[in-house]
Amino acid sequence: MKNLLLDGKMLTYEEGQTIMDCALSNGIAIPGLCHLPGLSPSGNCRLCTVKTGGRYVSACTEPAIDGMEVECETMELSQVRMQLLRMLFVEGNHYCPSCEKSGSCRLQEAAYHEGMLDLHFRPFYPKREMDASHPEILLDRDRCIFCALCVRASREIDGKNVFDISGRGIETHLIVNSASGKLLDTDISVEDRAVHVCPVGAILVKGKGFEIPIGRRLYD
Amino acid sequence: MIRISTCSLAGCFGCHMSFLDMDEKLADFSDKIEFDRSPFTDVRKMGKCEIGLIEGGLCNVENLKVLKEFRENCEILVAVGACAINGGIPAMRNHFSLDSCLREAYVEGIGIENPQIPSDPELPMLLDKVRPVFEAVRIDYFLPGCPPPAEAFVILLEALLKGQKPVLPENLIRYD
Repeated sequence: MKNLLLDGKMLTYEEGQTIMDCALSNGIAIPGLCHLPGLSPSGNCRLCTVKTGGRYVSACTEPAIDGMEVECETMELSQVRMQLLRMLFVEGNHYCPSCEKSGSCRLQEAAYHEGMLDLHFRPFYPKREMDASHPEILLDRDRCIFCALCVRASREIDGKNVFDISGRGIETHLIVNSASGKLLDTDISVEDRAVHVCPVGAILVKGKGFEIPIGRRLYD
Repeated sequence: MIRISTCSLAGCFGCHMSFLDMDEKLADFSDKIEFDRSPFTDVRKMGKCEIGLIEGGLCNVENLKVLKEFRENCEILVAVGACAINGGIPAMRNHFSLDSCLREAYVEGIGIENPQIPSDPELPMLLDKVRPVFEAVRIDYFLPGCPPPAEAFVILLEALLKGQKPVLPENLIRYD
């Protein structure tokens, strides 16, 4: 059996597991928005940044090594997470009071957990296209954080190829794989896993908004 | 007596309503604080204050003028609520040009009689984008929420009255 130290706690892991897998299989949650067990890791939200051997690595992509020492819950890394969360908020258009996902949003929950009270950075207010073409599924790009969970779920679980991330830097955006670029013209269906993995309110099933009353939502 | 001023810029007065939701706690504060400029007192002229509470973001030049007046006169300035902190719901107009917003509201919208874009000189000029208050002045503390829960106001005021830094517990940090 192999071991690593996470915040001074000895954890066992199996060969081939990442630091994130190791923590999860030991019942410890490392903050993160783009990781879902069963999907290949992508390491793009950077929220699971931990420190090992004096280096910053993303826990969801870094393989566990026997005897490694990993820091996660430190003041320094908490500040890193806070700045990452602030950047995620200012890069998109996150108007929580008008979002159906509010109260069940993982971005929001992560920011609550880190104690984020302000944005610190100037909001970009980027102009992004909404896609309401599909009768059952809404794509609101304002809230997309480019975690690529929908991209991976569509390919790896649903056996389709509905989404992709296009552009670079500030031009990064979520695209839909159809000639028109609209969800309506894809083979996506409301049962697809890709529709249900979004950590924020970018992909929503229509007709379900505000079904759970305020006070009883996941993170209330 | 600690003097407090409050104002609602591009806000809906929801944060002020939540302030009043402190209910009986307000009685505890009544012998420690008094209001200077505030919608509660309807006083428009501002004196020196220990605390200023800003609700709402910046959507016009009047908002900017009031905000600067608050910063000049308040020792501690607190951004209260989602709109003050990130622009909030009014900032959703930032996706559109100011001209198209005005045309939709006053010219092309459904059921409009005598369509015209208001141009009375008394009306403050609109800013091209709605912006959060921290972009214009230094803000000392932030109270998130839409509106912030009444308990958050209690924690804020109790800490500031004791000269301490307010610390919100996780369950009182909310963005909706």
